[in-house]
Amino acid sequence: MKILFFKRAIEDFRNNRLLNVVTLLTVSLSILIVSTFILFFINTNEIMNFWKKGLRLMAYLKSDIPDSDLSDLRHQIQTMAGVESAMFISKEEAYRQLKTEMKRQASLFENLDKNPLPDAFEIRMSTAAQSWDKVEFLATQIETLDEVEEVEYGQKWLGRFTQIFDLFTLTGYAMCIIFFMAAVFIMANTIRLVIYSRRDEIEVMRLVGAAERFIKIPFYIQGLLQGALGACIGLTILFVAFWLMASNIESGFFPGLFNIRFLSPLILSMIILVSMLVGWLGSYLSLKQFLKA
Amino acid sequence: MIEADEKSSVIRMFHVHHNYGPQKALIDITLDIPKNDFVFITGPSGAGKTTLLKLLYLAEAVTEGQVLIDGMNLSRIPRKRIPLLRRKFGIIFQDYKLIANRSVFDNVSLVLEAAGKKRRLILKKVRSVLRLVGMEDRQTALPLSLSGGEQQRVAVARAIVGDPKIILADEPTGSLDDDSAGIIMDLLKGVHIRGTTVIIATHDKDLIRKTGGRVLLLKEGRLEASSFIEKDYENSIF
Repeated sequence: MKILFFKRAIEDFRNNRLLNVVTLLTVSLSILIVSTFILFFINTNEIMNFWKKGLRLMAYLKSDIPDSDLSDLRHQIQTMAGVESAMFISKEEAYRQLKTEMKRQASLFENLDKNPLPDAFEIRMSTAAQSWDKVEFLATQIETLDEVEEVEYGQKWLGRFTQIFDLFTLTGYAMCIIFFMAAVFIMANTIRLVIYSRRDEIEVMRLVGAAERFIKIPFYIQGLLQGALGACIGLTILFVAFWLMASNIESGFFPGLFNIRFLSPLILSMIILVSMLVGWLGSYLSLKQFLKA
Repeated sequence: MIEADEKSSVIRMFHVHHNYGPQKALIDITLDIPKNDFVFITGPSGAGKTTLLKLLYLAEAVTEGQVLIDGMNLSRIPRKRIPLLRRKFGIIFQDYKLIANRSVFDNVSLVLEAAGKKRRLILKKVRSVLRLVGMEDRQTALPLSLSGGEQQRVAVARAIVGDPKIILADEPTGSLDDDSAGIIMDLLKGVHIRGTTVIIATHDKDLIRKTGGRVLLLKEGRLEASSFIEKDYENSIF
């Protein structure tokens, strides 16, 4: 029976070649667009995480803070939400570090009467708290402390980029939903056209006592096959495009920093499965409507 | 009008009415068809012959009244069981209703495939039925390449391949020449001899006279008369 259903699904595919090819191309295109977004997000996210690892806040302290207050202050900062660690850097140590980093400009330091640098805390944030809003909120919170003169958080551009990235992510989700719905709609309509072109045949089947299952299953198989095939075509095109572009991007923009990756086997399988689901859903919806009539 | 007892009846209708919107197609039909009967339903065009057949295989639902097939009340049959009911019938249509893009063999085998029969049995049965209707040499042909008579023979093969209890034939010779019509009627008589109930809707009085059998006369949706006529004998029902 299963072989018979497959045979009929393939026969239907051949008998309605044009309609099925159009559906296949539509599914491929939808999958190509959605997977391009996914690929972009995965790699961008990777880059963001790489940059975020360097995200820290510097809280510069007012002068003449007694040493006895420092451990309280550190405790206050460390217990704030989102703070992973707070390391005290004394002005002497900072001065030493600066001198080491600026060995070539040593003459600049010779004319200084006293150390101009303040004491500071270097604050690292936990991974979960690395969104731009949280960083800003924490900085404001630290700034309200009496002992703190100023808070600096470098890489402000990262904040802006994060906001743009978040916007992209949202747009991406919306696009994925739109393409999912469009693919289901197109698939449902194509199958409806196929069913309409075969309405006499379906009527005969019903009259000779064919159960709905017997009529429906080949259409479901057809939908699943269209989904799987469409996904494979779309992903193949994406892979070829990725392969052609990836090496240029890596060597041009991020030499040696990290690898641009293609979709993992797990994500690829999930895309194919979702595409098959789209195919099945298209068949299900149009059959439900047609057989009810 | 009930003539047979309940046990031997295969079809019973009680005060059946059927309307198409405001149009009354059947009015207060009560009849009883015994097992292995050979029945003609006749009457002028629009009398309700086709509608009556459609009520039997549930292509239409009764507006009022009850229909029993083999003891099953059609008003109470769940939607899921309709295919099982339809497998009790072999239906022959005037316009054949063959699937154009499937071969003669595939058109006939469809009935057994739908009933979930095994491939080996399907091959055996379909070949034997095609041999019976004289179409075994044309089993790979597509329906449109066949003459009207040949197409109707394939339709008869499709109707009998599942060994149904009842054959319903709606104007089975309506568009055929005399020779082809004769072949079809011989096939239906042969099926009847083997124990199947045959119900033929036709307006062709000559066909009824030539064949003989029980005749139910419909006029404007009402069952006007029921009579048995012998082959080649004139009858007052006409």
